[in-house]
Amino acid sequence: MNFPIISALILLPTIGSIFLFFSKDNSENKLTFKYVALFTSVVNFLLSIYLWFLFDTTISDFQFVEDRIWLVGFINYKVGIDGISILFIILTTFITPLCILSVNNTVKIRLRDFLIAILIMESFMIGVFCALDLFVFYLFFEAGLIPMFLIIGIWGGPRRVYSAFKFFLYTLLGSVLMLVAIISIYWITGTTDVIELYELGIDAKYQNLLWLAFFSSFAVKTPMWPVHTWLPDAHVEAPTAGSVLLAAILLKMAGYGFIRFSLGLFPVASDLFTPLIYILSIIAIIFTSLIALMQEDMKKLIAYSSVAHMGFVTLGIFTIEQQGIEGSIIQMISHGLISAALFLCVGVVYDRMHSRLINTYGGIISIVPKYSVLFMIFTLAALGLPGTTGFIGEFLILMGVFKDNFLVAVIASLGVILGAAYMLWLYKRVIFGKLINKELIKMNDLNKIEYLILTSLAIPTIFFGFYPEPLINTIEVSVNDLINMYNLNLYTKS
Amino acid sequence: MELSVITLPLIASIISGFFGKYVGDRNSELVTSALVSVSAIISFIIFYNVIAHNYEENIIIATWINSGNLNVNWSMNIDPLSAVMLVVVTSVSSLVHIYSIGYMSNDPHKPRFMAYLSLFTFAMLMLVTSDNFIQLFFGWEGVGLCSYFLIGFWYKKETANAAAIKAFLVNRVGDFGLALGIFLIFYLFGTVNFDEVFKQIPSVSAAGVTPFLDKELIFLGLNFMAVDLICILLFLGAMGKSAQIFLHTWLPDAMEGPTPVSALIHAATMVTAGVFLVVRCSPLYEYSELALNIITLVGMTTAIFAATVALVQTDIKKIIAYSTCSQLGYMFFATGVGAYNVAMFHLFTHAFFKALLFLGSGSVIHAFKDEQDINQMGGVWKKLPYTYVLMIIGTLALTGFPLLSGFYSKDAIIEFAYLKGNTLGYYASGIGIFTAFLTSIYSWRLIFKTFHGNYNNKNIKIEETHESPLVMLIPLILLAIGSIFAGYIFKDLFIGHHGTISDYWSQSIFFLEPLSSEHPPYWIVYFTPLLVIISIPLSYYLFVINKKFVEEVAKANQPLYKFLLNKWYFDELYEKVFVKSSKKAGRFLWKFLDLRIIDGFGPDGVSTIIKKLSIKANKFQSGYIYHYAFIMLLGFSALLTLLIIK
Repeated sequence: MNFPIISALILLPTIGSIFLFFSKDNSENKLTFKYVALFTSVVNFLLSIYLWFLFDTTISDFQFVEDRIWLVGFINYKVGIDGISILFIILTTFITPLCILSVNNTVKIRLRDFLIAILIMESFMIGVFCALDLFVFYLFFEAGLIPMFLIIGIWGGPRRVYSAFKFFLYTLLGSVLMLVAIISIYWITGTTDVIELYELGIDAKYQNLLWLAFFSSFAVKTPMWPVHTWLPDAHVEAPTAGSVLLAAILLKMAGYGFIRFSLGLFPVASDLFTPLIYILSIIAIIFTSLIALMQEDMKKLIAYSSVAHMGFVTLGIFTIEQQGIEGSIIQMISHGLISAALFLCVGVVYDRMHSRLINTYGGIISIVPKYSVLFMIFTLAALGLPGTTGFIGEFLILMGVFKDNFLVAVIASLGVILGAAYMLWLYKRVIFGKLINKELIKMNDLNKIEYLILTSLAIPTIFFGFYPEPLINTIEVSVNDLINMYNLNLYTKS
Repeated sequence: MELSVITLPLIASIISGFFGKYVGDRNSELVTSALVSVSAIISFIIFYNVIAHNYEENIIIATWINSGNLNVNWSMNIDPLSAVMLVVVTSVSSLVHIYSIGYMSNDPHKPRFMAYLSLFTFAMLMLVTSDNFIQLFFGWEGVGLCSYFLIGFWYKKETANAAAIKAFLVNRVGDFGLALGIFLIFYLFGTVNFDEVFKQIPSVSAAGVTPFLDKELIFLGLNFMAVDLICILLFLGAMGKSAQIFLHTWLPDAMEGPTPVSALIHAATMVTAGVFLVVRCSPLYEYSELALNIITLVGMTTAIFAATVALVQTDIKKIIAYSTCSQLGYMFFATGVGAYNVAMFHLFTHAFFKALLFLGSGSVIHAFKDEQDINQMGGVWKKLPYTYVLMIIGTLALTGFPLLSGFYSKDAIIEFAYLKGNTLGYYASGIGIFTAFLTSIYSWRLIFKTFHGNYNNKNIKIEETHESPLVMLIPLILLAIGSIFAGYIFKDLFIGHHGTISDYWSQSIFFLEPLSSEHPPYWIVYFTPLLVIISIPLSYYLFVINKKFVEEVAKANQPLYKFLLNKWYFDELYEKVFVKSSKKAGRFLWKFLDLRIIDGFGPDGVSTIIKKLSIKANKFQSGYIYHYAFIMLLGFSALLTLLIIK
C-alpha cells in the first residue's frame, strides 16, 4: 500500500498538538511551543504542496483514496481528494502557519493551549475537505466547532461568552438537522460512501427534505442572510488568529459542502431551490454591503463584508455553470487570503492602540508606511480590482450568473459598487487624512514577522490575480465532471 | 520591441515605487522620465510603421483566465486605432513626467508620485492595446485606480480624499455598465475577443438559429434588441470614464490632484478611454441606431452643459476641467453621427492643446504659489511671458482658431454632424456651433482674467511671481508645437483629403455606410471660425474693459447665475439621492433588521424565552412536600377524569 498521504496531512497537526499537550506549560517554554507548532504546520504545508504536485489534474476521479473499515458495515473511514478539495486543503495548511506566527502579540495567556486549539482545528479542517464518507464529514465538520468555540470563549474580548454561545448555538442548530439527514440517507440507500452515493443517486422524492437539512447547516456556516448575525459578533470578540481562521477557512467549509453534497447528491432539489439561494445571496450582497458602509468597528466592517463576499460564492455555486462554480471556488480561496489579511491588518493596529474603532485612527500613512501599502493592496483586492484574485472570482461568478439569470446578475453587480464604497471609505478614514489623535505618533510600523505574514498573503493574491491558471487548471476537470454528473442525475431522477 | 512600450512604464513604476527610497528622488524622476520617453519613441516608430507599412500585429503575452469556454489572454494588439492611442498616451505621458520634475520640486513624496504616473501609463497602455474586453476592463479599472491614487495624492487634504473616492465610485457606476455589457457579449457570442465578436455580428446564421442582429432580450418585462442593449451598457461605462453628463461629477473634483495629473489623466488620456471604447466597438455600434442616437444626445448635452458651467467658474483648473468635459462631449457626438475617425482626430488634437492648457495653468499656479482662483490673478502677462504665449496658443487651438489644430478637428465634427442629414445631426451641429462660441468666451475669459487687467492678489506681491523653470517650459513648448501643427499635418490621415475618406482606419473602424464625402455648405465652414474670431475682442471687452457689465448681468439674473455657479446642482442632488439614502438604508438594515428583528427574534429572543421558561419552571421546585403532593393530586385526578370520560 502506498504512503497514506491524506491521513498524514490530517494527523500531523494532531501529533504536534499532542507533543504540546505533554509539555510543561510555563512561560520559559513559550518559544519552544511556538517553534513546535510552527514546525508542524509548515511541514504540513510542504506536504500539501507536494500533494498538489503529485495530483493529476487531468482525471476527474478521486485520488489518493484511503478506505479503512471503522464500524463494520456502517461507517468507513474514507478520505480522498479531487481538484476541488485540494485547493481548500492548501489554503488551510497555508493559513495555519501564518496564524501561528501572528500569535506573538495577541495571545497573552495560555499560549500552549491556544496553539493546541489551532493545530487540532487544522486537522479537523483538512478532514472536512477530504472526507468521502458522510459520517466522517459530519464528525470533522462538527468537531471544528469546538476549538473555535474555545478560541472565542477563552481568548476573546469582553463579550466573548455571549459571542461564543451565539456562534455555537447557531451552528449547532443547523448541524443537528444535517445529522438527521445523514442518518436518513443511510436508511434510504444503505451507504454513506460519497462516491457510491454519487453513482447511486438519491430518489427525487427524498431530495427536498434532505437538501433543506443540509442547507440549514451550510447556510449558517456560510453564513447566508438571515442567519449571519453570529459572524460579526464572533469576529469582534475573537482574537486576531481566531478571526483569521474563522474567516479564511471555517466559512469555506460550507461553500465546499454546497458544492460537494448539495449539488452532488441532490441535483433535483438544488434545481428547485436555486431561486431561494439566489434571493438570499443577493439580499446578503446588497444588505450587508450597506450595513458594512455604516460600521464604526473595523472588524465588524470586514465581518459584514465577508457575508457579502460569501453571497457571491453561493450565487456562483448554484449557477451550475463552469464559470460560476470555478469563480466561486476561486472567490473562496481569494476571500481566504484577503479576509485573513484584512483581519491581520486590523490586528496590527489593535495590538498597538487597543482600539478597533475607525475614528481612533486617521492620517497614519506617514507613521506606518509599510503597513499602509499592504493594507491598500488588500483593500483593493477586497473590492475586486483586476489584477487580484478578488476580481477573477467575482467576475467569473457574475459571468456565470448572467448566463442563468439576467436580473440577479445586475443586482449582484451593484454590490461591486458598494464594495468599493465601504472598503475605500474605511481605508480613507484609517490611513489618510490629517493626524488628529496625537497618540498615534507612537505607533511602530510593521515588525519583521507581521511584514512576513502580510507579504506572504499579498504575493498569492496578486500572483493568482494575474495568472490564475494554476488554480483554474486544478479545478477545471473536477468542476466539469461535477456539472455533467449534476445534469445527468437531474435528468434521470426527475 | 513592441512589448517594451508597455513594459518600460511598468518597470519604471516598480523601480520608483518600491525602490524609490534607495535610488533617491532625483534618480527616480530621471529613471521614470527616461523609460517612459523611450516608450514614447518606440510608439512613434510603431505609428510610423502602421502608417507607412500597414503594420499590424497581435502579440499574445500569456494566458490570463481560461475557464470553460472563456479564454482570455494578456495581449498587445497593434492596429491603426491602438497605434494612435499609443502615440497620444506615451508622448503626453513622457512630457508630463518631465514637467513634473519641475512642478513637484518641493514635494516630499516625489518617487511615489512618479511611480503612480508610470503605473498609470502602463494601465492606460494595457487598455488601448487589448485584444479582448476583459484586458480592456483591467486597464479600465487600472487607470481608475491610478487616478484615485493621484487625485488623493495630497492625502492630508480632506477634499482631496473625498474627491479621490468620488472619482473611483462614480467610475465604478460606469464600470458596472461596462461589466454587464461584457457579460452580455460573452453570453451571446461565447467569446470576449474583439475580432471574434465583431466577426460574428453580420453573418447570417444557420437555419433555426437567430442571427445576432435579430436577437431580442427581455429585461424587466421590456423587449430589447440585443445589440442595442450591449451598446448602451458599454456606453454607460464610457460615460463614467469620459465624464459625460450624469456621471461627470467626479471630473471637476478630480482637480484636487496635482496639475500634471490633471493634464495627463483628466485631459489627454484616461478620460478619452470612453471615446476609444466606442470607436473600438464601431462594428457593434454601427448596427445600433438607438445607441448612436443616445450617444449623440448625451454628447451634445454634455458639450453645452459643461460649457455653460465653465462660463462662471473661478477656479482656473475647474474651468479647464469643464472645458475637457465639453470637448469630450464633442467627441461623443462625433461618434454618435458615425464619424468615428473624426472623433479620434479630435481626441488626438485635444490631447495636445488640453495638456498644454493644463500644464500652462500649472505654471501659473506655480507662479502664484498654489493660488487657483482667477479673481486673485491678473495683469501678469509681462511677468510670465512664455507661459502667457503658450497659454494663448493652447487657447487658440482649443477654440478652433483657423489653421490651429482644434480648427481642423472641431469644425470637422460640426460639419459631419451636419452632413449626417437627419434632425439629430442638424441639431447636434447647431449645438456644436453654439458651444464653440461659448468655448471661446470662457477660454478667453480665463486668459484675460489671469494675465490682463489689474493685479488682484493680496497675498503675493507681483514682483514675487516668477516664470517657471526650463524643465517645465520645454514640455509646454513641445505641446504647443503639437497644438499648432497636429491638425494640419494629420488631417489627411485621420479624415481624408478633399472629398475622399482616409483609408487609414479600414482595419480598425467599421462603417456600415461610408461617411459622406460631400462638401459641407460654405456658410457652415466660415461661420464657426468667424464666431471664434469675433469672440476674442468681445471677451476682451467683457472681461477687461467693461467688467461692470458682466457683473450687472449676473446680478440681474441671480437664479441663472447661481444655477450655473453650482454646476446645475448635480452634486447636491446626488448627495441627497444616493449618498444619504445609502447611509440611511445601511443604518436601518443594521440597527433595525439585523439587531432588532433577526437577533431579537432569533438567538437573543430564543435565549430570553428559554430563560423565562426556566425561571418559571424553577418556581415549581419550591421544596415543600405539600406543593408536590398537591400537584400530584391534580395530575392524578386529571388522568382519572380522562379515563372515566373515555
